[in-house]
Amino acid sequence: MCLGVPGKVVEKKGSFAKVDFGGLIRDVNVSLVNVKVGDFVIVHAGFAISKVNKREALKTIRLVKEIVSGKV
Amino acid sequence: MWHELKDAKLINGIIERIGQYKLNLTFMHACGTHQETLSRYGLGSLLSKVGIRIRSGPGCPVCVTTAKEFLQVMKLAERGKIITIYGDCFRVPVNGRSLMHLKTEGYDVRIVYSIDESVELARTVEKDVVFMAIGFETTAPSTASTLVRDDLPENFYVLSCHRFFPPAMIKLLELGEVKLDGIIEPGHVSAIIGCKPYKVIMERFKIPQVISGFEPLDIILSVYYLVRQIVEGEAKVVNEYNRVVSREGNQTALSLINRVFYPKDVEWRGFPVVPSSLMAIRDKYSNHDANKQFEDIISQVQYEPSPLEKGCRCGEVLRGVIQPTDCPLFGKVCNLENPVGACMVSVEGACRIFLEYQQLN
Ligand code: SF4
Repeated sequence: MCLGVPGKVVEKKGSFAKVDFGGLIRDVNVSLVNVKVGDFVIVHAGFAISKVNKREALKTIRLVKEIVSGKV
Repeated sequence: MWHELKDAKLINGIIERIGQYKLNLTFMHACGTHQETLSRYGLGSLLSKVGIRIRSGPGCPVCVTTAKEFLQVMKLAERGKIITIYGDCFRVPVNGRSLMHLKTEGYDVRIVYSIDESVELARTVEKDVVFMAIGFETTAPSTASTLVRDDLPENFYVLSCHRFFPPAMIKLLELGEVKLDGIIEPGHVSAIIGCKPYKVIMERFKIPQVISGFEPLDIILSVYYLVRQIVEGEAKVVNEYNRVVSREGNQTALSLINRVFYPKDVEWRGFPVVPSSLMAIRDKYSNHDANKQFEDIISQVQYEPSPLEKGCRCGEVLRGVIQPTDCPLFGKVCNLENPVGACMVSVEGACRIFLEYQQLN
């Protein structure tokens, strides 16, 4: 239910897409988001609710490293 | 990149930084998935060593749905409707009887992965099909986008138990039973609603909030952001999960929710009536609203807790007043095989998560 794991869009057809969750492929309704093949999405109860922005993820990790090293 | 979000060295590094402040604080999270991460990676005990306690709040949609709502669905099954539900609802007991029991008694109860499956089922049968719609803003858009379709079979109905999340958090802060120093807000609810609703909470209660992702590093970083706010004497809304959550949320999903549902007062398990927190179905879609179409059946349902059920302290667990382990029934009379309350059934239920990881360790 509320367990949103990121999956990768591998194929898209109208409002449906095939999404890869670490090898497990599921049909997902993507009508609530604007996605293309290769994007990562968060899926809830069969619907993609958000895209995952890789650049922001990298920023977060970089920031953590700075905090740990005492730079910020 | 994703594996770094679980990196033990980074996690310990942040915890060490938190420890430098030598504080003694209580935070609350409001999502079963946050509890899952806390328990799975043992973050709760790591944080308690540096003076941070994290309480579990009303973050399990199945758990906050009342016994009466489950009884209504059971009643519909007994009256010959086909009930379709998410797997997580199947074993929720009301006075010892669940939809699973009804199925073994021969009533038609089916688990679906998404609402689409329920619609497709309705096309292939003559009988009425009722979908029990449970979930916060994360799941409600899927129900809404189904109800606006113009090709729905006539025999398909939704019983909306969907709830808006922020009103419950406001209610909890109003009740003031637990002294909280900060809130870890649920990332996926926020992916839909954005940051704005939390600003209202910030202005009214002056409490630090961080919208958090679900990897261990997300949660630890969110705790760090809360601690920093406290050290600086601030109460802001910080978005730790900006790889998924935008300031304005998912507008497509939000406008669908508003198109299909209107807010109505409703009880939550363990809570008094929470104003404007039920997503009730608008009149325009009443042809598929189980509450309207089967009002005669639903209105008959009365709920009186059995003596055993009166001992279940799910309500206090959901309000963060106690931890699951404080319930005298935890792991004894109430266990994974024979759950007494919803919090021991749902994968997002705090009691279930606590017991599972207690048994693993
Ligand atoms: S341990 Fe069982 S009885 Fe106790 S609060 Fe949790 S669900 Fe209810």
